[in-house]
Amino acid sequence: MTKSKVLALLVVAVMVASMFTGCAGGGGEIKIGAIQPISGQVSAYGTQTRDAIQMAVDEINAKGGINGKKIKLIVEDDEANPEKTVNAFKKLVTQDKVIGIIGALTSKCSLSITKEAQQRKVIMISPSSTNDTVTDAGDYIFRACYNDSFQGQVVAKFAQETLKAKNAAILFDNTNDYSKGLRDNFKKKFEELGGKVVIEESYATGDKDFNAQLTKIKGTNPDVLFIPDYYSTVSLIAKQVKSQNIKAPMLGADGWDEITNNAGEEVVGSFYSNHYSPDADDADVKNFVKKYEEKYKITPNALAALGYDATYILAEAIERAGSTDTSKIKDEMMKTNKKFVTGQIKFNEKRNPVKSAVMVEVKKGSDGKLTAGFAGIVNP
Amino acid sequence: MELLQQFGQQMVNGIALGSVYALIALGYTMVYGIVKLINFAHGDVLMVGAFAGYFVLTSFGGDASKISNPLILILAFIIAMIVSAIFGMIIERTCYKPLRKAPRINLLITAIGVSIVLENGARVIPWIGPNPKQFPTLKNIGFLEKVSDFIKSATGVYISPVQIISFFIAVLLMVLLFYVVNHTKTGKAMRAVSHDMNAALLMGIDVNRIISFTFAIGASLAAAAGILFALNYPQVEPYMGIMPGLKAFVAAVLGGIGSIPGAMLGGFIMGIAETLTKGFISSKLADAVAFGILILILVVKPSGILGKNIREKV
Repeated sequence: MTKSKVLALLVVAVMVASMFTGCAGGGGEIKIGAIQPISGQVSAYGTQTRDAIQMAVDEINAKGGINGKKIKLIVEDDEANPEKTVNAFKKLVTQDKVIGIIGALTSKCSLSITKEAQQRKVIMISPSSTNDTVTDAGDYIFRACYNDSFQGQVVAKFAQETLKAKNAAILFDNTNDYSKGLRDNFKKKFEELGGKVVIEESYATGDKDFNAQLTKIKGTNPDVLFIPDYYSTVSLIAKQVKSQNIKAPMLGADGWDEITNNAGEEVVGSFYSNHYSPDADDADVKNFVKKYEEKYKITPNALAALGYDATYILAEAIERAGSTDTSKIKDEMMKTNKKFVTGQIKFNEKRNPVKSAVMVEVKKGSDGKLTAGFAGIVNP
Repeated sequence: MELLQQFGQQMVNGIALGSVYALIALGYTMVYGIVKLINFAHGDVLMVGAFAGYFVLTSFGGDASKISNPLILILAFIIAMIVSAIFGMIIERTCYKPLRKAPRINLLITAIGVSIVLENGARVIPWIGPNPKQFPTLKNIGFLEKVSDFIKSATGVYISPVQIISFFIAVLLMVLLFYVVNHTKTGKAMRAVSHDMNAALLMGIDVNRIISFTFAIGASLAAAAGILFALNYPQVEPYMGIMPGLKAFVAAVLGGIGSIPGAMLGGFIMGIAETLTKGFISSKLADAVAFGILILILVVKPSGILGKNIREKV
């Protein structure tokens, strides 16, 4: 055997050994995974959610952990790409042996792992995936936010009752479950209330040119334009809406959170639904915002609040279960009934929390910066 | 009448998009004409150019979200084009030149490698990073607004100032390129190298210099296209070059790869076909139709619309 072969074997041996030491964690730990988009198109959500989860974990550990065991949080980045979510999930479950996962953030990422999570009996709680079908995979899958059939209705109701809109146009991402779900639910409710969806146009994730669709939309002269997508795409669309001279106000959903830091003046006068408003007059919200601002020097967005809640929901269920047996934890999850930062959370039979939504208007502040102002609350 | 107006509007959108594709396609076609290489890193050079422009605009532009001074925009174009030209030359010297005598497939794989290095390199560099950044938008320029309003009142078709700028800059650069290639000594040398590299070498042409020059021109056109792309779709990120690069490649093949007028024509066809499909058939089919046209043309005329029919000598 040549020297280099011996060396190669040695390297392999060391690598294999290090893999095993990686798995053998201390017995006094509870391992929880988080899958969040730390980079890429929706990184503003992923980073804040991760920070909020970390903050919750630190708080719990500082108080002595869960039943004397400390939580060990392992964070993976999925770049909001479902393939990477699956990889992250496999790594967390097979290598790190986590008992619960907080994530994924976007609906299409969550949907890529729900079946697997159910099969492997891993508790999964998505802080913010609103697509209706996310929790369909089974009784191990939860979420901390309301779902799109509620959210789509909220926006439709707001458009009709507050904005007095009769004709609506929709521009949505045809390759994104979140966007498609919202479009269906918005349309259903809007037409139920007597309005008319005059035109629906679509595009694919990653598209940059929307001029063709917007030209068509402009031709129908709608009262409102509903764009159910995430802030980075919306900011791109909004610029083209402006340059095409479309005057109808734009409407969005919780994916618009952070739009004020990512778009220009063209979004002023738009409305979107959200999970909480950081300036709400509520003790839990104030407390959370204060702690978060002290730690990270920015005001937490709604996704951060949901991540924080999701962590507490999971941790408290583990504590009540008194063991790391996931079948017991899932039963305890169902018994959750408590006021959290984003509102009272009690799961229905489909493991969706039933809670209220806020409508927010994008305004221009006196300092020239965009702000999201409270525009109304809609109860389920 | 309304349909006609909408058709006109979609044509405008298509031509604006097509002029950007055409600029990128020129880079593909010129490099192919000279070294017979499909430079897959071309789209990423576009990204480099767009970021160079972004940094110029945000550091000299004052207000970060608006370009108030047209001179700054011109400066951004010039600096981005120079930076990308240097980049293009470095890539050629370090990655492609050592492989000039190697089989074509090696060169192609190297190009893909360069592309991946550029994309992921940009992700790692802290000033660029993996997250999309807002590209500054054009502030209202009174003169262009008036032109835009005039066209609108005369024809009913709305052309945004950015579209006017993209179209004219693209055409200006194409005319310039046409002049350089057809009426200067370097251009003559380029054509000679493209025709027969060894014969050109025997005639005393510095082939290495000409190849470098070609890469520099191609890259600077990509940089200009990058800024135009970012002005139209104001977001810059490391992967932004992939899709326009791919479409422009198709445009170059469509027009006849190696042919400069072919690349321009191909770019416009791609842009218009994509927009009209979105506008009148279905936005879901836009890419399918654009690539379908390519297949159709390649079946009927394998060398592309304006491509020369070169017979393989055995």
